[in-house]
Amino acid sequence: MFLKNILYHFGRYVMMLGTAISRPEKVSMYYKETMRQMNDIGIGSLFIVGLIAIFIGAVTAVQFSYQLDGTLVPVYYIGYVVRDMTIIELAPTFTCLVLAGKVGSNIASEIGGMRQKEHIDAMEIMGVNTAAYLILPKVIAALVVIPMLVAVGAFISIIGGYLASVPTGVMADADYIKGLRSFFDPFNVTMMFIKAVVFAFILTTVSCYQGYHVRGGSIELGQASTNAVVFSDILILVADYLLAVILTS
Amino acid sequence: MIRTKDIFKSFDEKEVLKGISTEFYKGKTNLIIGRSGAGKTVLLKLLVGLLQPTSGEVWYDDTNFFGLNKKEIRTVRMQVGMLFQASALFDSMTVEENIRFPLDMFTNMTYKEKRKQVDSCLERVSLPGVNDSFPSEISGGMQKRVGIARAIVLNPRYLFCDEPNSGLDPKTSIVIDELILDITKEKNITTVINTHDMNSVMEIGENIILLYNGEIAWRGHRGEVLESDNEILQDFIFASPFLQRLRESALGK
Repeated sequence: MFLKNILYHFGRYVMMLGTAISRPEKVSMYYKETMRQMNDIGIGSLFIVGLIAIFIGAVTAVQFSYQLDGTLVPVYYIGYVVRDMTIIELAPTFTCLVLAGKVGSNIASEIGGMRQKEHIDAMEIMGVNTAAYLILPKVIAALVVIPMLVAVGAFISIIGGYLASVPTGVMADADYIKGLRSFFDPFNVTMMFIKAVVFAFILTTVSCYQGYHVRGGSIELGQASTNAVVFSDILILVADYLLAVILTS
Repeated sequence: MIRTKDIFKSFDEKEVLKGISTEFYKGKTNLIIGRSGAGKTVLLKLLVGLLQPTSGEVWYDDTNFFGLNKKEIRTVRMQVGMLFQASALFDSMTVEENIRFPLDMFTNMTYKEKRKQVDSCLERVSLPGVNDSFPSEISGGMQKRVGIARAIVLNPRYLFCDEPNSGLDPKTSIVIDELILDITKEKNITTVINTHDMNSVMEIGENIILLYNGEIAWRGHRGEVLESDNEILQDFIFASPFLQRLRESALGK
């Protein structure tokens, strides 16, 4: 039964994506909607991403300096660890988990509300491909904007590490900078962007799916919104593991 | 004209429509009436393709609607306008943006041309000057009229109205009925109205089908309602003792 349920939802999800990927009725309308979504997802999430990123960097620096205490490992490693942990793992994963909560639930309730208020039916009867018009701009906007947010998050996180280490006297300014410049592998940045793109796709499409197929009333809409966050988070974590295995093998 | 041929529709074990074969004529107001749960909304949703029949066919003139692929269905739908029970206006758009939406999506008109078309539709439904209001800022009757304006903005060949009078006072209901009737005549379109409003039946029912337990129990026009001896129809139309007395006095009994 459980497996049947998973296959049913997966099939419907794939069919929804199949319908969504089609030629727009009017490119300018899709462009306008994509720009609106970019603004909502990108600018609208900048503050929360920045706030979380600065604390992630700071906590990583503090925790690592605590681990180094009394060891022979050079102190500049703090900068190096903050940089790599942020770029490889923390920036893409944390940012997208947070965005699944903020953007994902918003998408599910927006589309779900439209379904319940018959807006989607109204568009269908006009001849609009609703799966495409409501989903495609959100996915494209997320695929463009979320990697940017992740990059901004990674940068702010590194600043957070600096603020937690240098002004507090844990290490000198030059040491932190030296750490940041040591053992740098550009592929880690590629890995960060690959993760960001995959996670962005997961969180938008899963949330769109939950909203697009909502039935019932306000309780079901709330459940769809919660499911959007929960399933996006689970799938992001699973994808994170798989990507880690694939990209580092 | 729209024709249905042997439409059956079931939800799980429950059979809601049982072999509906009927015709909805061009240039006439075609009414689907019946009690709650009779299958009116299901039939209307089948006609516009929001639901798939278990079996049977829906023909738009010479086109078998359910024999079309998705792209062809969208092309047919561009000739369809629909007024929803709750109006289904996009609440984050202004009245003008709501009416302009189909024009934005499907035409290459300039902004000026679109604005002119929107104004002419608003004028047609007697609502000039509400362009910048949001749906939540206007009354239920005005929302219905905006819904009609949006439904006719692309000059459809088929107009569907789901309970156009629900939630409206009798006077506003009459205004909406007259508007739908006038538009049907002016544009010579096929209009299908799903209603259980008795005023609508008696005022604009040019072709009426009565659904009862998923089947057509009676068909006719408003002139035949009073004199029909169909018990299901009489039970439905003249449900209260007051209306029954009115009917008897009208018939001189």
